[in-house]
Order: sequence, then C-alpha cells, then structure tokens
Amino acid sequence: MTVIDTEVQDGRARPQRGAKVLDAEQVTMRFGGLVAVNKVDFDVHEGEIVGLIGPNGAGKTTFFNCLTGMYKPTSGTVKFYGEVLPPKPRAVVKAGMARTFQNIRLFGNMTALENVMVGRYCRTTSGAITSVLHGPKYRREEAESRSRAQELLDFVGLGKSSELLARNMPYGDQRRLEIARALATDPKLILLDEPTAGMNPLETQQAMDLIFKIRDQGLAVVVIEHDMRFIFQLCDRVLCLVRGEALVWGTPGEVQSDPRVVEAYIGGSELEDDEDEVQA
Amino acid sequence: MNLPTLPDTLREQHSGKGWPLALVGSLLLLVSGLLSWSFDPSILGDISIAFWPASLQLFAMILGAVGVLLALMHRGPLHRLGDWFDTALGLRALGTGSLLFVVFSLVAIASEAGGLVNVNPGGWLALAGALLLTVGARFVPQRQLNSFAKAKANPVLEIVVIVLGMAAILFGAAYVLGRDDPWIFVGFLVMAAVAFMALARAGFFTWMSHVAQRHRHVLTLAAFVVAFLFPFTQDGSDANMSIATQVLIFAATAIGLNIVVGLAGLLDLGYIAFLGSGAYVGAMMSNAASATIGWKPPFIVVMLIGACVAATLGLIIGSPTLRVSGDYLAIVTLAFGEIFRLSMFNLDGNNGPDLTNGPNGIPGIPDLNLFGFDFGKPHTVFGIQLGRFSNYYFILLLLIGFIILVFTRLNNSRIGRGWVAIREDERAAEAMGVNTFGLKLLGFAVGAFLAGLAGTIKAHQDTAASPDQYIFLESAFLLAAVVLGGMGTVAGVLIGATILKLLPEKLRFFSEYRLLLFGLLLVIMMRVRPEGLIASKRRQLEFHEDDEELAQEVQADHLIDAAPEAAR
Repeated sequence: MTVIDTEVQDGRARPQRGAKVLDAEQVTMRFGGLVAVNKVDFDVHEGEIVGLIGPNGAGKTTFFNCLTGMYKPTSGTVKFYGEVLPPKPRAVVKAGMARTFQNIRLFGNMTALENVMVGRYCRTTSGAITSVLHGPKYRREEAESRSRAQELLDFVGLGKSSELLARNMPYGDQRRLEIARALATDPKLILLDEPTAGMNPLETQQAMDLIFKIRDQGLAVVVIEHDMRFIFQLCDRVLCLVRGEALVWGTPGEVQSDPRVVEAYIGGSELEDDEDEVQA
Repeated sequence: MNLPTLPDTLREQHSGKGWPLALVGSLLLLVSGLLSWSFDPSILGDISIAFWPASLQLFAMILGAVGVLLALMHRGPLHRLGDWFDTALGLRALGTGSLLFVVFSLVAIASEAGGLVNVNPGGWLALAGALLLTVGARFVPQRQLNSFAKAKANPVLEIVVIVLGMAAILFGAAYVLGRDDPWIFVGFLVMAAVAFMALARAGFFTWMSHVAQRHRHVLTLAAFVVAFLFPFTQDGSDANMSIATQVLIFAATAIGLNIVVGLAGLLDLGYIAFLGSGAYVGAMMSNAASATIGWKPPFIVVMLIGACVAATLGLIIGSPTLRVSGDYLAIVTLAFGEIFRLSMFNLDGNNGPDLTNGPNGIPGIPDLNLFGFDFGKPHTVFGIQLGRFSNYYFILLLLIGFIILVFTRLNNSRIGRGWVAIREDERAAEAMGVNTFGLKLLGFAVGAFLAGLAGTIKAHQDTAASPDQYIFLESAFLLAAVVLGGMGTVAGVLIGATILKLLPEKLRFFSEYRLLLFGLLLVIMMRVRPEGLIASKRRQLEFHEDDEELAQEVQADHLIDAAPEAAR
C-alpha cells in the first residue's frame, strides 16, 4: 500500500559507505516532565545521506539540536568519530559538523561573500595584533578565506552573486548561501534543517542536485524534511521519529512501505478516506 | 528644510522662469556681500565697509557662490554636471537655508546695533536675493539623473576636489576658532549647515563617498596633512590650541569607544573610567611631587602600562558581564564607571593604600619630555611659534592616527566580520563557529587599551588627575559623540566629538542650557537619523531593516566593500 508515490532509487551509483561519522546511542532529551526525544539510536557514515522525518512536534529539531551541541542530551551519548563532543556549538563546528537553519539565519547586511567568509572564521586564527599590523599571517589567511569563499559560492551556483547583500537575494539563493556558509567551516558532516522549505519544484530539484554534489565530495549529510518525495529520492537511509521515539530506521523502501509511518503521518481514519479516494 | 512642494501644473507652467530667478537671487547674494550691511563699524566684525567683506557678508557670498554654481550646473556652461547632481533639490534647500541665514543676520544686526534701522542696503539686498532664490528654486524642474556608480572616474579632478575640500575645512576651522563673537560663530554654523544641506541634497556627498572609496589613501593623507597644518594657522595662540587638544583627546577616546559600541555592538556607559585609569597611571608614575609610585620609567613604558591596566580592568569587568545581553551590560558598565571614580576618591591612605591622594588628586604633573623634546616649551618652526598645546596637539595627532589605524584594520579583518555577524545574529554566528564571547571581550579590551593610552597623555596635558574629571557625564558625552557622529565610522565620530567639545567652548553664554541643547539634539537625531551624521553603510542598513530601497542603493553603489583593500 504505497500512498506516497515515489521512485525509490534515483539510479545514481551510490558511493561505498565509509567510516562511521556520527553515532548517537540511546539519546534522550527531557524538558521537565516532557520527553521530547526518547532513546533514539542513529548513525551516519561518510558519503551517506540520511533523512530525518516525522510529523510536526515529533522532536526532529530537538534531536537535531542534541546532535549539534545546542542541547546536552539528558541521557545517552552522541559520538563524532568516536568522541563525545562538548555541548558547545562552537566546539562542534570546529570538530567538523556544520548546520543550516530551518528559518534562514543569514547575516542580512553582509554580502554573500562576507557571509561565507564568516564560515571560515573557525578555520583561521589571525588575532588582533596581526590584523592591525597586516602581518604575513593575516595576509595569507585573508587571501585564503576569500578564495575559498568564492570557490564555495561557485560550488553552490552563486559565483556571480558574491557582492550582493544577503538580504537582497532571492529566497532560493539564500538557502544555497546558507549551505555555502556551512560548507566554509570545512565540515565532515553537514546537517540541513528543511533545505527545501518554501521552494518550488524546480528549486527543490536544484537543491537535490546540490546535496548529491556535496555527498560526492565525501561528506556525510543529514537532512530534516517534510517533503516525502524529496527525502525518499535523496536519502540512503531514513529515520522516522514519532512522539520522540524512533518508529522506523531503514532504507527509504522499508520506511515508506511501513504502515506505521503512513499512519503516523496521516492518521488511521484519514488513511481509509484516502484509500477510498484512490479507488474512486 | 522640507517645504511643501508646488503643484506640478503650476511648476510646469512657470518652469522657464525658475532658473533665471534663482540665478539672479544667487548673484544678488554674492553682490550683497560687497556692500555695506550696517553703518556701525563696531558690531559683528565690522560689516560697514563696502568691497571689504567680513563675517556675515563673507558667509552670504559663500552661499551666493554655491547658488551660482548650482544654477550654472542646471543650465549654462556647467550643464553637463547637472546630469549627475540634483541641482533643483540643491537650489531649493539652498534657497530656504539662505533665507534663514539672512533673517538670522538681520536679527543679529538689529539686536547688536539696536533695531532694523541700522541695516544698510547690503543687508536688504541679501534678503531680496535670498527671497528670489527661494521662490525661483521652487520652479526649477528636476532633471533626469545618472547614477554615480556608472560615472567614469577622473582621478586628477577627484584629488583636486579632495584637496580643495580639505583646504576649505582647514580655513574654516582656523577662521571659526578665531571668532569670539557668538553671533558670528552661530552665523558661521548656520551658513555651514545650509551649504552642507544644499550640497547634500544635490548629491554631492554621495559622489564624495564614491571618490573617498577610490582614493582612500589620498583622503586619509590629506586629512592628516590638514590636521598637521592646523597649529601653524594659529600662530602661537594657546587659547585655541588648548581647545583643539581637548577636542583631540575627546575624539581619540570616542573613536576607541566606537570600537566597543559601533563595531562590537556593546553598550558601554562607563568608558571614561578607562581613560581615567590611564590618566591615573600616567600621574602616579610621573615626576610630580605628589606622585605615589617611585618607579619612573620612560614615558613610552608608562603609556603601555596605563593601557594595559585599562585593558585589564576591561577584561575584569567584561568577562562576567559580556555573557549577559545589552541592557545588563549597560548597567554594569555604568556602575563600573562610578566604582572607578569612588575608588580614586577613596584610595588616599585612610582607606586602603595611598595611591591617588583621594579628592585632591595628583596635581603638578610636569610636562612630557620625549627624547629631549620638552613639551612645555614653545618651539619656532618656519618663523611660526608653536606653544605648549601645539606640542601636545602633535603627539595626540599621532595617537589618533594609531587609534584610527586599529579601528579600520580591525573592522576589515576576520575579527571585524565576526563582530558584524554577532550584531546581526548572535546565535547563528555561534553556530557558524564564531567565538562570540571571546570577540566581545576582545572589543571591550581593545577599547579600554586605547582609552588607557590616551589617558596617560591627558594626565600630562591637564597637569593633574583628580576624580572629578571622570564623572558619568563625561561617559555620556563620549557616547553622545559616537551616536551623533555615526556608529562604526571614524569621520562621523570626529565630527561628533568636535561638535560636542567645540560648541560649549565657543558658546560659553549658553553653558547653562548646554545639557538641554544636547539632549534635544540627540532626541532629534534619534527621530530623524538614528544612524548618526556620517553613518557606516552597514550600520545604516541595520537601523533600517525594512528599507528595501536603501539596501538596493547600497548594493548598487558597492558601498559595502566585499574586498577590503589589504586582500586585493
């Protein structure tokens, strides 16, 4: 009973799975009496795209924040290349995990290039003194940041927009710019929070191509998304969260054929209505 | 200066008549300066002699000249320039402003000499000219304009304009400092404001900002040459040089504060304490009889110690408080400023160690002596005598140059980008790996360091350090200079500091209403132009988040520089 009509595989050759990048074990996050995330296991390998789905309020973003160090899990561990990271966003970025935001959070009054250069901040170390004296380190790092930022803008297809103010850019470009900014931190794992929210089908297709391109660079990608078609075409494995619990954790085929997923998304009675419509 | 505009139909009907009227009005203003304005030679710097323009006559002639220039740019030999500058808007602003100026002048004459009967034909002619210009300019049609972004640069012309502008500033500053008559002083301010408004409306300053971008180094150099030449125009007069050095110290401190407020985006209400700590270190380690520390290292070392003490205080006060957001920080820094003052007041040996001599302070600090150069003695260069304050003026100029260097280079570095990111969205910056706390602390410490440097010099220049110099009001004035001048820019703060320090010196009769006046000025600024007189484009955008037009304009003009000079 496939309610959601998708082609499961996009036909591209998927690269071999590499080493384990992220390994979350029994992650639980409690806010007072509310259990937002309950004993969730999750892992991501190099060169893999993993999806995170679930209805509104399922705890996706909370789980996401546990992974990226915004929250410290109440219990359970999140290991990045075998190490538990301190619950500080900055340390997490430095270790090689970058993210984008569900609501675009660009630096609106900076140009596209400057936005990406901010992403280079954690990979450069020029201090105040060399910056004031324009010492050799400053010159080298500044030139390196600039060329790398331009390279990344080219990579996401914004090479010609480098001097535009972020706030003046079209919506789809802002999403790409956010990805470029995250890539500038030289991540090994990039987490995208609803990268296609509010996009039209063409832009969604472009976003998918971009994510494949990022994966082909050897990065691991985690995507939160509502768009089922998008996620099943894109991901190697999908975790479905419902009410803070891992409902299904497997390949797109397994997840979309699981009746519990459909039920969780659409609800039992509506499901029958839906089937009636299909038959009619 | 926004008068209601005329109905379009009326304007179109008479569009041909506006230009000649405006031109004639400007010419009348120009000529009026050559005639006698009053027969009383004892008032307003003697405006009674024909063909010998003084004070108000001179100002009227300047306004007239600007009017003629704008009119000829609209139609006539300079009409090609009119493709770029909005001459119609400029003339309108000039007309209204000139009228204001002439009325002010007539009031001045009437009040000084006793009634309008004392006004000679020159004054009335100026009034007629200003009226004609005002009316005529209303009918001058606006022309289609080109964008400056497309303008072909003519480097020679641009540099000539920079040099002429700087020369005008030098002569203006020397002239205005030499005037003691408040009427003339205010008259000059009115004239300068009117000329500024007219040129601003015509788009002259938009063009200038493009020019400044292309010739940054020339502009900086020219500004420093002008500042360097200034003491030579004063010919040994210490009164004005004393004011000038005070302005410089104030400006140096305000630029340091602008790193904290304008770049790092932190509100500091106790900044004067850092200047004070530098000054106290300078005083305690000086050769004054009452100095409390026996060690007398060379002054350069004292400067560094003073700056480091201030920076350490900044770190101590900053590290616990910078974790909290804006309002709390303001309160803590406010309290810190008071704690500093009270500590200096009480460290007199009765309570704790005797470091500051309490309320008496440390008086009798001798003049600086660097490499055998005695700052207390006048020196003669090219036959022009440079007094004690001129000596301090030059060392302060060096200091301010250093502070400006720190300001601009930090702003254009990775650190500056981090600060912008924090101002824009602190959580996002943190999530992108920016060390938000460290950067804020750095901004705080750098600001304190620079204020400490300035403080050590200030102690010697003032010849004393006492607690009552470092009261909250001074912090408030520093902040006012930054807010008034423009957050995040050097030029703005220089102007803000000059206004706030010069006006009270020159308008002593107004001293009782000083605070009222500044309060009013700030309220008006907040309402009309919250980003300050000369705003950094980025700050301007931040203050107008909803203004799409502004964002497009800034972008089209490439006013936010994606590639700082150093990396090119």
